[in-house]
Amino acid sequence: MYAQMIKSESSNDDPQALAEFQARIDRGERIEPKEWMPEGYRKTLIRQIGQHAHSEIVGQLPEGNWITRAPTLERKQILLAKVQDEAGHGLYLYSACETLGVTRDELFEKLHSGAMKYSSIFNYPTLTWADMGAIGWLVDGAAIMNQVPLQRTSYGPYARAMVRICKEESFHQRQGYSIMMKMAQGTPAQKEMAQDALNRFWYPSLMMFGPSDAESVHSTQNMAWKIKINTNDELRQRFVNETVPQAEYLGLTVPDEHLRWNDDKQGYDFSEPDWDEFFEVLKGNGPCNEERLGARRKAWDDGQWFREGLSAYADKQATRRTAAE
Amino acid sequence: MALDGRDPVKIDDALRPAMFDWLCRLGDNALILGHRTSEWCGHGPALEEDIALANTALDLIGHCQMWLGLAAEVEGQGRTADQLAYLRDAMAFRNVKLVELPNGDIGQTIMREFLFDAFHFELLTELSTSPNTRVAEIAAKALKEVAYQLDRASDLVVRLGDGTEESHARMQAALDHLWPYTGEMFTADAVDTAMTEAGIAPDLSDLQTRWTATVKDILDEATLTLPERRFDVHTGGKQGRHTEHLGYLLAEMQFLQRAYPGAEW
Repeated sequence: MYAQMIKSESSNDDPQALAEFQARIDRGERIEPKEWMPEGYRKTLIRQIGQHAHSEIVGQLPEGNWITRAPTLERKQILLAKVQDEAGHGLYLYSACETLGVTRDELFEKLHSGAMKYSSIFNYPTLTWADMGAIGWLVDGAAIMNQVPLQRTSYGPYARAMVRICKEESFHQRQGYSIMMKMAQGTPAQKEMAQDALNRFWYPSLMMFGPSDAESVHSTQNMAWKIKINTNDELRQRFVNETVPQAEYLGLTVPDEHLRWNDDKQGYDFSEPDWDEFFEVLKGNGPCNEERLGARRKAWDDGQWFREGLSAYADKQATRRTAAE
Repeated sequence: MALDGRDPVKIDDALRPAMFDWLCRLGDNALILGHRTSEWCGHGPALEEDIALANTALDLIGHCQMWLGLAAEVEGQGRTADQLAYLRDAMAFRNVKLVELPNGDIGQTIMREFLFDAFHFELLTELSTSPNTRVAEIAAKALKEVAYQLDRASDLVVRLGDGTEESHARMQAALDHLWPYTGEMFTADAVDTAMTEAGIAPDLSDLQTRWTATVKDILDEATLTLPERRFDVHTGGKQGRHTEHLGYLLAEMQFLQRAYPGAEW
């Protein structure tokens, strides 16, 4: 889940208009960019889609870390293609966000200043090649849990971006699982790397869904607006139910001694992640927060002359065209 | 028929060592430039550029796989493209020095791509009609992608050269830095001559004439000045005498294959 803990903004709009808007959503209509929408809906969406977009581009970094060290030419191509897809997802999502009246540059500024967040998961380091497997399998797997329902979200551009993104995410998850398979069936050293990657990424993956939000006011409003489709706990449970058998198939052990199948709820009981750690990571105290944000800021700052050069050329061309007419 | 259903390479056995070397040059240029380009992934100056650079890297790694695959087949020692990429040391690499230089800023990266693409495009155009069908097939496939890469790089060189004062200065500095490495692409040695005489590869001096014309045109439009310095100061990469940079690049690229010999990934 690339958007965590999205607070809903309140609206001071006309109650009658709000009620009509809600009725449209309840009828399953899609809201499109030029149509009227409550200010709170617009702002909440900017926050959510923006955070999602930021997660995609910051998410390039932990995997990008291994592109130059990928162990075969084929793995290198697959990883490059995957990380490139993430940049593409960022692009769709920033574009979707722009339809709400905010520019991509403004969103970048908010990312760089820390005013907007990205998913906590990308503040964890990628230490071995097995992490490429674990991220594809677990992180993209968790993202899919959240994004598949979001294909039905009420805001048209967001829903359509999600349709494209989901197609690519399932390829990402499969490539991750394929790396895990190779390693789990490989040499003892490879299997150890695979188990270690699972150990390190299991709880951070569970954190991706955010803390339990059953009682949250924000969650209720966002669900009414169909910006959020399921609760965090529902999605986390679904993720665990699907992932545990996959780990068993790999012959790897999920690092949770309390993990048990519960016949009554037809799902696994499992341990909660360490929420103190989660909030520390959100506050900037994760293992890689400074590096990730630092890398994004550096890319932006170093690229300033490049962007300015292109703009200056475009201006000159426009002037030349006008002069020629 | 070869195992994959394609025609086996038809060449004289006497030509095999030269052809292996020559194919490694094609594959290694693509591999090393692809590696350098891939270093930008996630760090590009704009999202669109990030995507385009990753795409270019992906194309090049794809070309490398085809050329090194054919090289391994010509060598006939049972090695694979992966083994050639991951288990040779620097002295066995045959890329030109131009492609192994560190990226520098994005301007230098783009200028290098342009200077190399303009050569690569001419070379693949000729090779796509090579009487050796295996070579021609790979070249024709790669040419489509390289034609686009050249278009993109030329366009950016023009826009940045004729952009702001700063972008102009950076592009000129990049050109001045890279220029003395470009001549190696056209410096023929015994391997090149053998391949030309066998009718498989074009004469490098013909390519140089067309490359020079393209480069002059684009640099003119970009308001950049062709350096007066010799363009063939730094050669030797094609014979395995590289810069200090290649060793570090290989140490990074080959790390897993070296640390876990024989493991499958």
